[in-house]
Amino acid sequence: MAITAPANLVYSRPESMTNIATHYCPGCTHGIAHRLIAEVMDEMSIREMTIGVAPVGCSVFAYNYFNCDFVEAAHGRAPAMATGIKRVLPDRFVFTYQGDGDLASIGMAEIMHVAARGENITVIFINNAIYGMTGGQMAPTTLPGQKTTSSPSGRDVEQTGYPIRMAELIANMEGTSYSVRRSLHDHKQIRKAKKAIRTAFEVQKLDLGFAMVELLSTCPTNWGISPQESLQWVDEHMVPVFPLGDYKIAPIIRDLRV
Amino acid sequence: MPRELLKGNVAMAEAAVRAGVEAYFGYPITPQTELLEWMSHRLPELGRVFLQAESEVAAINMVYGAACTGVRVMSSSSSPGVSLMMEGISYIAGTELPVVLIDVVRGGPGLGNIAPSQGDYNQIVHGGGHGDYHSIVLAPSSVQEAIDLTVLAFDLAEKYQAIVVVMADGNIGQMMEPAELPPMLPIKSEYPEWAVRGAKGRDHRILTSIYMNPEDEEKTNLRILERWNKIEENEIRYREYFLDDAEFVVIGYGTAGRVAFSAVRSARAEGIPVGLLRPITLNPYPFAKVAELANQAHAFLVVEMNTGQMLQDVQLAVAGKVPVEFYGRLGGVVPYPDEVLNEIRRISHEPIAVGVDPRRNWMQRLKTEIS
Ligand SMILES: Cc1ncc(C[n+]2csc(CCOP(=O)(O)OP(=O)(O)O)c2C)c(N)n1
Repeated sequence: MAITAPANLVYSRPESMTNIATHYCPGCTHGIAHRLIAEVMDEMSIREMTIGVAPVGCSVFAYNYFNCDFVEAAHGRAPAMATGIKRVLPDRFVFTYQGDGDLASIGMAEIMHVAARGENITVIFINNAIYGMTGGQMAPTTLPGQKTTSSPSGRDVEQTGYPIRMAELIANMEGTSYSVRRSLHDHKQIRKAKKAIRTAFEVQKLDLGFAMVELLSTCPTNWGISPQESLQWVDEHMVPVFPLGDYKIAPIIRDLRV
Repeated sequence: MPRELLKGNVAMAEAAVRAGVEAYFGYPITPQTELLEWMSHRLPELGRVFLQAESEVAAINMVYGAACTGVRVMSSSSSPGVSLMMEGISYIAGTELPVVLIDVVRGGPGLGNIAPSQGDYNQIVHGGGHGDYHSIVLAPSSVQEAIDLTVLAFDLAEKYQAIVVVMADGNIGQMMEPAELPPMLPIKSEYPEWAVRGAKGRDHRILTSIYMNPEDEEKTNLRILERWNKIEENEIRYREYFLDDAEFVVIGYGTAGRVAFSAVRSARAEGIPVGLLRPITLNPYPFAKVAELANQAHAFLVVEMNTGQMLQDVQLAVAGKVPVEFYGRLGGVVPYPDEVLNEIRRISHEPIAVGVDPRRNWMQRLKTEIS
């Protein structure tokens, strides 16, 4: 019996993903995050109604992997670009996909204001505690003491401050309806992450305001450890600094069944 | 339409509304703010999009996003704000999108002041954001022309998938004059084949300015240049005044061009054979027209509200055939017609020093004049 017989099919490429192999490094969780978003788009049947906004960072080519319309923003400006699209096309689903350098450093003003306005878009925020694309420099989310190519003796908080907790910050904005932190370091967390992504898109569907899902992610290449160790590193080192949890869920969203 | 007494900024805003602008994103800055304020009530009233952004950086990126959907979209600002927009403008150029930007230029550099200036000629005409591209630049010298050029800007932007900057100065933005507004055009119901509006029943589309493969970027640069060549062939605009028999040619744009026009008229009344060329497109620049005038004129006088930024374009076109003199006022000071008239008298009566940078002589004269 062919393995692809419908009866045997337990896993396939979501329709919302293109049939292109990604350029991501082995063990990087960008691919998982992409897949979760694509599965949600499939389940909600919104692929043809969705416009994604790619960031500057390792996921700059995300648009190649999603089978929906996509634009590519300047570094940090994805929320502003998404605002322009959403305001003109309010009945489309608009989401940004951003790394921590993009969202929490150069794009801090844009992300805070898009939340303050309660812009009805969905933001998927990939926190890997490092600048991946440029080769592993310190990010605003780099942990105290963490070695990077621009903090070679470890992040010195006296000189460079502390990691920024975006899910908590965004939860403080009145325009935010949904702000949560999840992780991609094991299958249980991945399932929770998917549910959160689904909720964030449902929030948009119901016009309930701004929604962001922060996802703790790995960067084995720039962390200089194996994919397996990276997953452990997230659990042991990142989760204590970036606690997983729900930082804001508007009451009306609690009742959503996803 | 009847003529009404209109303020430049409001006139440009309403002209854009009537040209079918569907979305406006901006940030307050003098001397442009009335444009944003007009949009803040006018666009919502028509069911269109107005949003005050958190910065010019955000504003231009909102414009970028909206432009990707294929609608008519614009922003407006003044010099410091436009500096902040340069990154976004470059991305828009690289993605080959039509966008209209109105820059009501003020005194600079730095925070400068809020008085009329032409100090941003180099930034807007020759430069701007990074990378290899051109913006079409239109320079109005009256409220009526500001209206007409705003409407034209949308047509040119769409025709060439290009950025069109209406570069006014604080004077054009702030002054009130009788002018006629255009009829209200319907907003678009069809969108270009590149527009990103959701992949319903078609392949997904991508709009980007990144071409990692240098050969692809080279092709993109060539495509942009080819379009620019067409723009140069078809869209150069200028006004000529008393040039037929002119032995002396004054060149000025915007408010400086208008002041120069008064001076040229007075000089004609004195019997001086002088004419005026007023470029309307600063990019593409009327190089050929200036070169042609260099065959007939004894000398040129360039008048600007900066230290001689367009002067260099004129010198390029004149190519040393005849002397090119310069007169400018700076920092937000607008020259009086009498000052320009004195310069016309000087170049038509006195021998002109050759082989000297005209700016050096002008600086000496100006320093004595204002001391
Ligand atoms: C204005 C600007 N500054 C700097 C860069 C260089 N740059 C490209 S990606 C990047 C960091 C991206 O890091 P992050 O957002 O954490 O995403 P990751 O690559 O880790 O997925 C930087 C600094 C740029 N492209 N544009």
